[in-house]
Amino acid sequence: MAILRNKFRQFGTASATAALSLLVLAAALSYGQTKNSCLDCHSVLPAPQGVTQETFSQDIHAQKGLTCVSCHGGDASSDDPDKAMSTKAGWKGKIDRKQIPQLCGSCHSNPVYMRQYNPSLRTDQLDQYHTSIHGKRLAAGDTKVAVCTDCHGVHNLRAPSDPRSSVNPVNVASTCAHCHADAAYMKGYGIPTDQFAQYNTSVHHEDLMVRGDLSAPTCTTCHGNHGAVPPGVDKVQNVCATCHVFQAQMYDKSSHKAAFEAASLPGCVVCHSNHAITHPTDAKLGTGPEGVCMQCHTRGDNCDQARAGLLSGLTQLDQAIKNADQSLAVAESAGMEVSAARMEQNQARDSLTKARVAIHSFRKDLVDQDVQAGLKIADKDLKAGQQAMVERNRRRAGLGISLLAIAMVLAGLWLYIRKIER
Amino acid sequence: MTVLAKMRTWLDERLELDDLIAPLRKKTVPLHRLSYWYFLGGITLFLFIIQVLTGILLLLYYRPGANQAFESVQYIMTQVQFGWLIRSIHSWSANLMIFTAFAHMFSVLFLKSYRKPRELTWVTGVILLVLVMGFGFSGYLLPWNTLAFFATKVGTDIAGQVPIIGHPIMIFLRGGEEVTGATLTRFFGFHVAVLPGLVTVLILFHLLFVQRQGMSVPPKVEKEWNANPSAKRELKFFPNFVLRELIAWYTGLGVLGALAALFPWNLGVKADLFASAPAGIKPEWYFLFMFQTLKLIPSKVWFVDGEVLGVLIFALAGLVWLLLPFFESDRVARSKQWITGLSVFALAYVIAMSVYGYLAK
Repeated sequence: MAILRNKFRQFGTASATAALSLLVLAAALSYGQTKNSCLDCHSVLPAPQGVTQETFSQDIHAQKGLTCVSCHGGDASSDDPDKAMSTKAGWKGKIDRKQIPQLCGSCHSNPVYMRQYNPSLRTDQLDQYHTSIHGKRLAAGDTKVAVCTDCHGVHNLRAPSDPRSSVNPVNVASTCAHCHADAAYMKGYGIPTDQFAQYNTSVHHEDLMVRGDLSAPTCTTCHGNHGAVPPGVDKVQNVCATCHVFQAQMYDKSSHKAAFEAASLPGCVVCHSNHAITHPTDAKLGTGPEGVCMQCHTRGDNCDQARAGLLSGLTQLDQAIKNADQSLAVAESAGMEVSAARMEQNQARDSLTKARVAIHSFRKDLVDQDVQAGLKIADKDLKAGQQAMVERNRRRAGLGISLLAIAMVLAGLWLYIRKIER
Repeated sequence: MTVLAKMRTWLDERLELDDLIAPLRKKTVPLHRLSYWYFLGGITLFLFIIQVLTGILLLLYYRPGANQAFESVQYIMTQVQFGWLIRSIHSWSANLMIFTAFAHMFSVLFLKSYRKPRELTWVTGVILLVLVMGFGFSGYLLPWNTLAFFATKVGTDIAGQVPIIGHPIMIFLRGGEEVTGATLTRFFGFHVAVLPGLVTVLILFHLLFVQRQGMSVPPKVEKEWNANPSAKRELKFFPNFVLRELIAWYTGLGVLGALAALFPWNLGVKADLFASAPAGIKPEWYFLFMFQTLKLIPSKVWFVDGEVLGVLIFALAGLVWLLLPFFESDRVARSKQWITGLSVFALAYVIAMSVYGYLAK
């Protein structure tokens, strides 16, 4: 009896599981079949009205459960276009460019609403946008300026972390260039349109695109994104300082800061330029074509002498490191073990980097501290390489003596064999 | 009576040394145009002795462990008096020992010295060769440099391909799923305790067999001597052959010293467990022919995984190689031809694949 009851119980459990499965399946099917009549028509319409299911399914909003109605209003459950796109149903139609920031902001500026999707996402984009050149011009009636959808895209908008997103760090510069590199489009604004071309030659671009360092600067890193404005002339160093902290600290304490501010010169940009910023070399301190000091200073003056002193320190250390490297390479190729000195060379290189950073103080005593520290190490490593070669020669001499001794023993053995076998 | 003679008499009274040496005085070595091949085994033994002596000296400073091994070898190479010489001789001698062991094996094959009654000498010799390669594999990791680390990774990965027992063997060798500091201490144990013990015992047996059976005379020479008994020549083992062997050993010592002084063994870069493998990584030269073969086998052969098939073929070939003398029968001349043919093929294959592996990118 008990067995029978257990069997019934098993049957009961099985049937309950089957019923639950059917229920879940039905719910899933009905969910999948949620009506969105907009795409029935718009998926076959040409651009810009055309939006396919495939395109929209890649949009982050669609993935979070939002639909066409969320932005455009209307009734997507109706197959009748008149009903679906009736003002009675709240249909807004194509959103006017001027209204776009406000529409996006209606959700994105609401921390309570946004928290349910992404609690860490900022909600001040609209406020920032109002402070930007784009926002101010839009408010003044200029509809050519960028609004949210120009940079982020529309209907296939992806998260910035997605490499396919137009606002992913690797795509930001091209996105900005879409307007800012278009001379015809930018006509009348009185700003250059070669920034993108210049940026593409820069060390920042190389870091980001060639070395793949996503923290390397792109347009928005210096100009801001939603609150995009050109940094003021006197604030440039603050922008650069966000990454180049030590250089900025040195510059702040230097005599150049006050002088540049007095002459309304844009800090870092004076020597390094802005969009076309290249990898700095010691030649910047020289008097050749790459030299920057002589743009303002006169040959032979006190500052020129100080410049020559700074350059001489850097050149001396750079050459000392190269000499030590060469000496160690020769020893290494001779099979000598000099890896410890090789490792120490990194410290000498670090000192050179620190000395180059200290240049921004324009003080020889500070630069000399690092130069002397580096020279001490490079000199030690140079001697290590030379010593290794002396040791190599000593080994060869030792080998010669040993081989001679071995040859004598061999000759002795051979003579002895001859003697006993005679 | 000199002091030396007095000491000898004193020892002889107690240990009867003369009785012990007497057989050696009677022992002779056949002297013919191929006699110089007899020295290869002795040179291999000499190099093994060098390995033991230099190994003991290295042990005084070497410290096993992922954080200390590389630094301790670096210390030996740069700070210890003559440390560079000891380490370089140990590395060069290891490679030369494997080379002479291979050469010894093929000379035994071509001179037909493996035949009855010397089957067991051959078997112990083949096992010794495998153990010597084990010495090379375990010792290669000990400096804990990048090349050694990845070569061990690849090598133990291949061992892991063997069906059923492969994975447990790999875990046993590595001391875990990955090559880590645990693998290093394990390999150190194999290298300085397990393998030396086994090899010493096997060498003793190998030498005992050689001493009991004497040197084998190649069939062709034997035939000539049988036809013309007056042509038969012999050399006294002691002191004549031993003195010649001593010349070979001394020459070996000179070669070793020259290699160590002119081409000190490179230490490389310390192993980084998180770095990616350097491009074109290859094992030591004596594993190259097997490595290259495995690379050439397609990833799938019929329904079998290519690497598994390769490992199984090598295991089977090793077994056939070990038992080779037992396939030869005195009655059938064709089987002798077959074994000589196989030996020529094996030698050509090992050389060709090693060169190909060395040149391949």
